[in-house]
Amino acid sequence: MDLLSDKWIVNVVLCLLFVGNCNSVEKKIYINLNETFPCVRLLNATHQIGCQSSLSGDVGVLHLLESEENLDWVLRTGPNPPYMVILESTLFTRYRPCSLKNGSSRVAGVLAVQPTSNPPEGFSPHTSCPNENTGVYSETYGPSYAHCNVTMWNPLGTGISYEEFDFPIFSVKDDNDTEVIRRCYMEHNRAVNGSTPQYPLCAMQLMSHMAAVTDTATCMRRNAPTFSLAPDGVCDPLGDANIWASTKPLNSSTKGHKDGVSVVIAATKLDSRSFFFDVAPGADSAATGLVALLAAASALHNATAELNRTILYTFFNGETFDYIGSSRMVYDMAKNDFTVDLDNIHSILEVGQVALGPDSRLWLHSDPVSKRNSSVNVEPNVTQPLPPSSFQRFLLERPIPGVVIENHQTSFTNKYYQSMFDNAEYLKLNYPPNLTPEEQLELVTDSAKALTEVATTVARGLYLQAGGELAQMSRIQADSELVSKMLYTFLVRVNNSWFDQLVKSDWTGVLSELMLYEINTSERKVKTTEPALMVQCILANLTGSIANITEVYFCPFSSPNFLFLCCQIYSYLWVQGPVRPNSTERDSFCVRSLVRQSKALSPAFELSEYTSKNYSTWAESRWSAIKGRIFLVASHDLEMLTLGVGVGVLLMSLLLTYIVSSKADILFSSGREPTNATY
Amino acid sequence: MTAAVFFGCTFIAFGPAIALFLFTIAREPLRVIFLIAGAFFWLVSLLLSSLVWFISVQISNKESAAQQKGLLIFGVVLSVLLQETFRFGYYKLLKKANEGLLTLSQEETMPISIRQLAYVSGLGFGFMSGAFSVVNILADSAGPGTVGIHGDSQHYFLSSAFMTMAIILLHMFWGVVFFDACEKRCWWAVGLVVVIHLVVSCLTFQNPDYTATLVPAYVILFGMGVWAFYTAGGSLRNIKLCLTCKDKDFLLSNHRPR
Repeated sequence: MDLLSDKWIVNVVLCLLFVGNCNSVEKKIYINLNETFPCVRLLNATHQIGCQSSLSGDVGVLHLLESEENLDWVLRTGPNPPYMVILESTLFTRYRPCSLKNGSSRVAGVLAVQPTSNPPEGFSPHTSCPNENTGVYSETYGPSYAHCNVTMWNPLGTGISYEEFDFPIFSVKDDNDTEVIRRCYMEHNRAVNGSTPQYPLCAMQLMSHMAAVTDTATCMRRNAPTFSLAPDGVCDPLGDANIWASTKPLNSSTKGHKDGVSVVIAATKLDSRSFFFDVAPGADSAATGLVALLAAASALHNATAELNRTILYTFFNGETFDYIGSSRMVYDMAKNDFTVDLDNIHSILEVGQVALGPDSRLWLHSDPVSKRNSSVNVEPNVTQPLPPSSFQRFLLERPIPGVVIENHQTSFTNKYYQSMFDNAEYLKLNYPPNLTPEEQLELVTDSAKALTEVATTVARGLYLQAGGELAQMSRIQADSELVSKMLYTFLVRVNNSWFDQLVKSDWTGVLSELMLYEINTSERKVKTTEPALMVQCILANLTGSIANITEVYFCPFSSPNFLFLCCQIYSYLWVQGPVRPNSTERDSFCVRSLVRQSKALSPAFELSEYTSKNYSTWAESRWSAIKGRIFLVASHDLEMLTLGVGVGVLLMSLLLTYIVSSKADILFSSGREPTNATY
Repeated sequence: MTAAVFFGCTFIAFGPAIALFLFTIAREPLRVIFLIAGAFFWLVSLLLSSLVWFISVQISNKESAAQQKGLLIFGVVLSVLLQETFRFGYYKLLKKANEGLLTLSQEETMPISIRQLAYVSGLGFGFMSGAFSVVNILADSAGPGTVGIHGDSQHYFLSSAFMTMAIILLHMFWGVVFFDACEKRCWWAVGLVVVIHLVVSCLTFQNPDYTATLVPAYVILFGMGVWAFYTAGGSLRNIKLCLTCKDKDFLLSNHRPR
């Protein structure tokens, strides 16, 4: 037996021992890309956005785009289309994919290399007027403010997140894998002195086939079980959970209007997105707001007993996609399906993007159209509409007084709105690299201090709104260490000792990577994702109290999605607690709090109005496999030659065999045959 | 690489074998049965040798590359010896079966001669050996990429296909010579077949220098082909007769009585 078969056995057997890629020939041919972030397809009532590849992946010859001139090679002059374009980090943000879209018959896909530091000129793939069709301003309400006529909120927005591409676009970090890709290009594909590169050429295959097409109505229709081609469904509506908590106990088994209850809503949003799937740090756009509100809730914890109004802390999920969470909550309130209803709301205070640099200030935005009925101290004088905020959805139903706290006066100061660069580096959370993670956790950065000031302001504002006395206001102060730890947890690293204390041990491993992005639902059941669960745990610990002996039995011990035993009034959470000194055991305890979840699924899906113009109709497509790999390709001529040789060998052997077998009795009729043979 | 390469390499590797099967074996059910039985015997020998090799790899030091290479050589040699042993075993089985068939059947003479059995069993061994050699490689050749990103030679698929073709034909020739030598108790011929088999298998250790592997393999193939031709009853005179297109009647009329 020859070596080739032996080697095959060797490797099959070896691979049976080490579960993994069981084929050494495949290892000789392909190098798999390990960590890729694809751009996926999303659908709404009218459009599909995002990227699509062909069913078995798109193959293209690699081309490294080093400068703008190289684009001509891809689009016009290159001799071996289609090309797989690699966008280097310097070109990543400056480069508009529109021209690539135009030449899409010659472009097989794009691989974007993430820059190691944020581009200084800013980059925002989101639209320049976020959520313009589902806000409060329309033809019937403040028409002069609609569609960002007065202020363009996101001037750096290019809108590529909302465009449709028919080739796959992946993003990779700039690490060893990317070096391998560059080296492969340099060795095989580089055109030297104007000569065409010779085969074999380095090529790449990207696979990200999306099952859903056209729009949400089509894909929801195809989700129905009778459609046999995709029995599991082709898309999922975007949905998650809103987290809310009240300062006074509210009986949640009775829904609808509650007499004598006056509620001040303190709202913020929990999610963000970027062009690529699973990448959404959302530092300025979401994390600062929610950390500020959490710190404010903690600061107000001891002072809420004397307030005559209830404060309702709400963390809305899905606001990036046409206000999924807030529209659902408003819908529930209007239908009397929520603990309180819209008449119980006294006012709304929303915390938006509140990252403060050394020379930035806080601004209060309010709605110029609605009647002012609030007792907020500062009234803005300019007639500027509200920035995109959850408050707008409340205004659609009732003229409720409210303000939105932001760090920008007119347009956003956030240069990286809804992009992958809105991260810890942008907030200048600069932890010196020589510190251990524990030391980094304890370090209070300047940004954390600034955010603490914001949290204190928010807490005091809420205190006054809820009927507190001006004289007592000064004792409300947010804790900067708490703010710093929360910022570290949300933006740098979830696996740290502070968060470990809050969460049960069998859950710690799951939260290894933070993304503030709505994950699609599976089986039409809304799944609560990690950021919402994190906020829920932290809020419970900050606003709850330790349960007494009899209530400990309510505390659940089981899986993460069932952390909170619900309740008519209280909810219970089992907290791990701090590690005992000189031991690995922990002092665990049960916390009783008023924190709840509420479903954040757009009313359009409840009502099955998939073409609704009033509610968000965003859905995410399903896919089977997302991967990429690089390899060499041989020229077409060589392949045809191989086929030709094969066919020639086959025909030749057929001919020869026919001739020999027809003359076999002559050829093999020598006298040496044994006597008992027959033919 | 693509479908073109897949089909090209399949035809190269299995072309002669398919042609032989179609024209000489497919019509005779008895030959088909013995072909499949031969393939099965080869498979059992492979199973045994891989079992031994697997156990020895488990016991060995996985880190040492020299030891692994040594084990590989040991595996190849063991496999070749086992294959030839099973060929001998098959020969013995066929002899017994032939006697049994003779007593069972109504006719006076055996339905299939030992020479045909040699050819068919050799081809059976060849089919199975070729399948195990090359099917894995063919499956990967259908994908979009070709070998070479780690620096290996590009001609991997082609040379695998040619080597497989050589191996299949060689197995057929070895079958013919081996059975004939066993009939005549010519043990030096049996030993020579084993040695040649070992030589061809060990030639592949020279991969990726495909020229150094393929050229000697084809030379040996040609040599074995000539030997098998003579063993099967051919001669130069027959070839000349064939080429000058003299027909059967002429041959019969000129046939010298023994």
